[in-house]
Amino acid sequence: MSEYHLKLPLSAQDVQLLRAGDTVYLTGPLLTGRDAAHKRLIQLLDEGKPLPVDIRGQAIYYVGPAPASPGHAVGSAGPTTSYRMDAYTPRLLSLGLNCMIGKGRRSDAVRQAMQEYGAVYLGAVGGAAALIARSIVSSEVLAYPDLGTEAIHRFTVKDFPAIVLMDAHGGNLYESGPEAYRREAGQP
Amino acid sequence: MREISVQTLSDTVRALYLTANYQIGKDIESAVEEAEKKEASPIGKSVLCQLCENYKIAREESVAICQDTGMAILFMDIGQEVHFTGGDFEEAVQDGVRRAYRDGYLRKSIVNDPVFERKNTGDNTPAVLHLRIVPGDKVHILAVAKGFGSENMSAVKMCTPSEGEAGIRDFIIDTARKAGPNPCPPMIIGVGVGGSFETAALMAKRMTARPVGTHNPNPRYAKLERDALEAINRLGIGPAGIGGTTTALAVNIDYAPTHIASMPVAVNICCHAARHADGLI
Repeated sequence: MSEYHLKLPLSAQDVQLLRAGDTVYLTGPLLTGRDAAHKRLIQLLDEGKPLPVDIRGQAIYYVGPAPASPGHAVGSAGPTTSYRMDAYTPRLLSLGLNCMIGKGRRSDAVRQAMQEYGAVYLGAVGGAAALIARSIVSSEVLAYPDLGTEAIHRFTVKDFPAIVLMDAHGGNLYESGPEAYRREAGQP
Repeated sequence: MREISVQTLSDTVRALYLTANYQIGKDIESAVEEAEKKEASPIGKSVLCQLCENYKIAREESVAICQDTGMAILFMDIGQEVHFTGGDFEEAVQDGVRRAYRDGYLRKSIVNDPVFERKNTGDNTPAVLHLRIVPGDKVHILAVAKGFGSENMSAVKMCTPSEGEAGIRDFIIDTARKAGPNPCPPMIIGVGVGGSFETAALMAKRMTARPVGTHNPNPRYAKLERDALEAINRLGIGPAGIGGTTTALAVNIDYAPTHIASMPVAVNICCHAARHADGLI
C-alpha cells in the first residue's frame, strides 16, 4: 500500500496507478455534488442538453457542506454515503468523470463502469468533517444555487486526505480490508 | 401548577442543539479513545485517531462535528403540573431548532415532500417531537441530531415468538453486517424489542442516545447486548468499514410488553457521532 501526493484533476496515468488501500493527498480543484445535483445532471442528459459543468477528467466529492462560519472557507464537509448516486454514476463515468470521493459500498454496475472507463473511488473518513474542512482552501458555487448545500460547488483542496477504496482494476478495500479481521462463527 | 414561558422552552431547545452539534458526549469520546488503544488494524487505529481529533476541533472551534447536522428529533417528558404560557408550544420548539441551525452555521437538511417536490425547507424544520406526560412540574428535553447516512441502514422486523433470543440477536447482527461501511462505523446501535410496530422503533431511537458503557438493568437483556456487540465486532468491518476490530461501540437494548402473536424488533443504526444533549427546565 503506497502513499501519493497528487494534483487534481487526476491524469489517466494517476488513475491507473492507484490501488485499493493506497493513501492519497489531493491538491487542486474538485467538484461537489450529491443526490439532487446528480438527478438534475442526468435529467439534462436525458433531454440532450449540455451540462452546466464540464465533468471530463474531473473529480467529484459527494458532500453537502455545512455553512461556513466567519473566517472559514467552508463549514464541516465530510463525505456522504455514495450508493445513493449509483443509479447515475455509470453514465457520468462514460462521459469522462474519473474520480469519486465518498464513503460506503458501490454497485456492481459502478464498479464495472470504473474499470471500463478508467476511474477511481476514494474514501474520506465519514464523520471527520471538521478535520477534513481544514484541507478545503476555497469554495464557490458553480451550478444550482437554489439547492443550497446540494448545489454543485468547486472546492480547491490542499493535501486532502483520502484512501483508495476501489480502483480501476477491480480492487475493493471494502472486501480485502475486513477479510483480515473477520472472526465469524464457523470460520477459523 | 408551574408556569413555564414558551420562550424559555425555545431558548433551551436552541442551546441544546448547539451543544449537541459541537460537543460529542464524554461517553462516546472515551469509548473511541479506548477503542483506538485496542484496535488491531493500523489503518483502523488511524481512523479512530482522526475521529478523536475531529471531536476536539469541533468542540474547541464551535463547528459542527459532522456536516450532516441531522434531523432534529426531540423527546420531551412534560410534568403534568406544567402550564406553558406566552404562545404556541410546538411553534416555540420549532423556532428553537430554527434559530440553532441558523445561528450555529448548521446544515439545513430537511425537504418538504419525501417523494415529489423534495424542496429544502431552508431552516431544518420541522423537527420531530415525541411527547410524554409524566408526574411533576419539570420538563425534560432530550435533543437528538440524527444523521441519516446511518438512519438509512436501520431496519424493523416483526419476528414470531418462536424466533426467541437467537432471532433478535441474529437480526441485530445481520442489520450491522448489511450496513457495513455505509453508516460511518464504529456504530452505536439502538434496539427496541416488543411493544408494537412503532413503539419498537421509538425505543430503538431512544436507545441510540443511551450513554455508551451503560447496560440494560435486566441481566438477560444485558447479556443479549453484550453477545450482539461481541459478534458485531467479529465481523471485521472496522472503523470506516475498511477493516478492523472496532465495528460498534455499543448495542443498547430496551424492551416492552408485547402481543401474544408477536416479537417486534427495531434496530436503529447511529454513526460514531451520536449527537444528543439533554436539559431540564
